[in-house]
Amino acid sequence: MAEAALSGANSAGQAEDSFQVAGRRFTSRLIVGTGKYKDFDETAAAIEASGAEIVTVAVRRVNVSDPNQPMLMDYVDPKKITYLPNTAGCFTGQDAVRTLRLAREAGGWNLVKLEVLGDQKTLYPDMAETLTAAEMLLKDGFDVMVYCSDDPIMAKKLEDMGCCAIMPLAAPIGSGLGIQNPVNIRLIIEQSKVPVLVDAGVGTASDAAIAMELGCDGVLMNTAIAEAKDPIRMARAMKYAVQAGRDAYLAGRMPRKKYADPSSPLAGLI
Amino acid sequence: MQIILNGEPRDLKGALSVEGLLSQLGLEGRKVAVERNLEIVPHSAYQDVMLEEGDRIEIVHFVGGG
Repeated sequence: MAEAALSGANSAGQAEDSFQVAGRRFTSRLIVGTGKYKDFDETAAAIEASGAEIVTVAVRRVNVSDPNQPMLMDYVDPKKITYLPNTAGCFTGQDAVRTLRLAREAGGWNLVKLEVLGDQKTLYPDMAETLTAAEMLLKDGFDVMVYCSDDPIMAKKLEDMGCCAIMPLAAPIGSGLGIQNPVNIRLIIEQSKVPVLVDAGVGTASDAAIAMELGCDGVLMNTAIAEAKDPIRMARAMKYAVQAGRDAYLAGRMPRKKYADPSSPLAGLI
Repeated sequence: MQIILNGEPRDLKGALSVEGLLSQLGLEGRKVAVERNLEIVPHSAYQDVMLEEGDRIEIVHFVGGG
């Protein structure tokens, strides 16, 4: 009963609160990846539990020796869930552009996630290549959501070029270390007129809530859900964490104080 | 005629369009994208584009990813 009432309140709150990227409106502020799951059934169940409306997908060769293998699209309907093709594994701007042009042909839409990595060990973004690729993609008519370092100057350059969402990392991809530099994330949020989403590095629900409390428009994650012992339950935890963090941000937190402040009135003490 | 399909050599018999190749592979109607010698072949051209000796063909689709 209590749970029913709670979820009712959540959906009411969500209906009023939405974010817009490249002219598309979404009510869920959680974007989830589709990698690292045990199988496609688990992938689909985790997406469902997360409430995500956008999922990231990778572009890879079809296994031509066994083309009847199950495909992601058989389990996650792109008519219901927005596929956001990524450029994971691309280390040059040219590779990224080639990949996303193929993605556009396969899927038929322009909204993409650009990530150009600079190093296998850290998977840290190569910002010089990212800027080059972003420029090529924007010229080619793509709506570019861009994975980037948490450097406010780089974020500004990407926004000025015309990227439709800025997605700084919280910590290295797949590390689960949480938000390592909240100051930079806040600076990026303050200066940006396009949505800012923390992408990569979230480990558990509180990390997602912190990102949202900072004022992020959303959070993108994969490993935190897929590598949890119970991915479906973690997907649900992330859904609530993002909603809770967003509500806390909108509610406006109390100021931090140096000393205690009693909650019960001092007047009328016996 | 030999082409390189997704990085592997493959022998094909007779003249074949991109559509013909997809159908031979059982990929008709699937959400895939085709690249021929680094140029994207649009869906609308599958019937018209004929494969030639030595073509490098990539057929890709969406897979799970973060």
